[in-house]
Amino acid sequence: MKLSRIRGGIHPEYRKERTQDAPIVTLPMPRILCLLLKQHVGSAAEPVVTSGKRVKKGDLLARAHGPVSAPIHAPTSGSIVDIIEQTAPHPSGLPQKAIQLRPDGKDQWGILPAGLEDPFSASPAEIDARVAAAGIVGLGGAAFPSAVKLGLRETHTLDTLILNGAECEPYLTCDDRVMREYAAQVVDGARILAHGLTLSRVVVAIEANKPQAVEAMTRAVAGRTDIVVVTVPVQYPMGSERHLCKAITGRETPAGKLTADIGVVVHNVGTARAVHQAIRFGRPLLSRVITVSGGALVSGHNIDVPLGTLVSDLITWCGGFTDGKVPHRLISGGPMMGHPLPALDVPVIKGTSGILALTRDEINEQPAGPCIRCGTCVSVCPCGLMPLEIAAFIRRDNLDAATRSGVRDCVSCGSCSYICPSHIPLVQYFNYAKGRLNALDRERRKHERLKGLVEARRARMDKLARAKRDAAARARTAPPAAPPMAPPTAETKANA
Amino acid sequence: MLLAVGSLAVMGATLGSILGIAARYLAVESDPLEAELQALLPGSQCGQCGFVGCGPAAAALAKGEAPVTLCAPGGKAVAEQLARRLGIGADLSGHEDVEPRYAVINEDKCIGCLRCFQECSTDAIVGAAKQIHTVLLDNCHGCAKCFHTCPTEAVTMHKVQVNLADWHWHKPKLKASRKH
Repeated sequence: MKLSRIRGGIHPEYRKERTQDAPIVTLPMPRILCLLLKQHVGSAAEPVVTSGKRVKKGDLLARAHGPVSAPIHAPTSGSIVDIIEQTAPHPSGLPQKAIQLRPDGKDQWGILPAGLEDPFSASPAEIDARVAAAGIVGLGGAAFPSAVKLGLRETHTLDTLILNGAECEPYLTCDDRVMREYAAQVVDGARILAHGLTLSRVVVAIEANKPQAVEAMTRAVAGRTDIVVVTVPVQYPMGSERHLCKAITGRETPAGKLTADIGVVVHNVGTARAVHQAIRFGRPLLSRVITVSGGALVSGHNIDVPLGTLVSDLITWCGGFTDGKVPHRLISGGPMMGHPLPALDVPVIKGTSGILALTRDEINEQPAGPCIRCGTCVSVCPCGLMPLEIAAFIRRDNLDAATRSGVRDCVSCGSCSYICPSHIPLVQYFNYAKGRLNALDRERRKHERLKGLVEARRARMDKLARAKRDAAARARTAPPAAPPMAPPTAETKANA
Repeated sequence: MLLAVGSLAVMGATLGSILGIAARYLAVESDPLEAELQALLPGSQCGQCGFVGCGPAAAALAKGEAPVTLCAPGGKAVAEQLARRLGIGADLSGHEDVEPRYAVINEDKCIGCLRCFQECSTDAIVGAAKQIHTVLLDNCHGCAKCFHTCPTEAVTMHKVQVNLADWHWHKPKLKASRKH
């Protein structure tokens, strides 16, 4: 298959040697689980359990709320402690509602919906419903509800499903291991997703630095015509869906649009495996594979972690930090686009792909110097933007000029910050600008709405004033025999 | 050649005088700027800017007698829009957003007199006579008119707390790098 070039990009060290040959191990059930109600894009789920309730593995704990949402299930049997405010694994350190579950150690399954013998004879709507009920969201990190993404078949003409096995972030090896150890499940899940999207062409994209995964997946699709495995060049950010789409299909996603608008849907290999489990066996999403790595850890692992496990428990099981104290940087996700964790007592959520404990040397943080206008950031930007120009505007708070220069089209891959010889925090400026622009948009929309209310109120007051004047005029010109107008009582005066 | 020079001179003089006459007799008199600026302001006539209402504030802005940062409930969003409309390059980096506030009614102190209800410019207060009043937070923009009207001091103004939906990264602060 002829691939297209993607522009820019960087080639950081893989740093995957520590964990790429570590088979997936299952974490022993921790003593406490904290399941955040919002582990996905969209509205938080609504709890259906209360303190003290005993639950079995797979039982529904919180149901989806609204059109873009996902339910939460019990990763093991136990009892609900309470619904608490828990620090979210988010750089803000703000709290979020979570269901605290104490495992009873028995790990007993509850009653699951029956799996489908032949998913390919079920209707796409049936596949949607089962994927939604299983609480499956994008496991690549975006955590978008997968059932909503399947619904794109109704509004868009689709022809290709790309299975994202690129895993371009340094350190992370969870997708690599899932493809090597569960290739058959991933392929089955991919075919079910293709059936749900009513398209027939599936491409599994794997970066060339994962030859064993390419081999395993190629063996798993042998003989099939609807699904093919393609090796893509190692180039960060190949895993970005817009760029992977361009590499595989040659089509460039227009600014502000979805890949679905050019006929392509991208799903992570881990998501495909979760779909296989849900459709074939009725199992909801209860755990996920995470890479725990970094120079500050005693040992690195790929672990199948029950959702809601506290990062502190995970680190302890891995052997703890090398010098016993919290490392220079603790990250959820990969080093390029991951978020710093505010504390150790935060839970693992559906979108957590990795936990990295990095030393000072691994981060290589340097003070920022002046921009020397070398233009290297422009040559590495995969979106074709000019980071040096945009950052200069943002430094001077000229967000309008930053928008005109395309800051909203930035995917925050971080290639510019990585390559800048003056160590200027370019992508950090863009993340600030995008956040601020969204905040201003929200303020503006609120103002429009409130102005509408002010106008409506003024119109109402005018109408009442006019009605009062007319009534007074009528009373004056009325015939003398007519009864006088009733004096205003407290009720009517208040309602005026 | 004299014909060419002469005819062009005559044409120039004629067109020039037409333009001059048009400039005097067809000039547009009214200034739509004030109305446009007033449309950008929130319109709640709260008076926090120091002017009696949004109309006089717009008039002062149009004359250049007021800074674009005058509107507190409008915040940075309105200040930027005003600056853009007036064509002023306002350096708003130093402008501290007056923290958005919202009103809360203490139900123990509320006597149901309806005075705040009548003052609220966005109908964010619900209540009836001798019934407890409450503030719809989504519609409150912190103009504080209810706060000033309440006879029992049941209304207090609170800072809007940032939550996970509103949070965004702060602007990077660059530490001074080593001098060359």
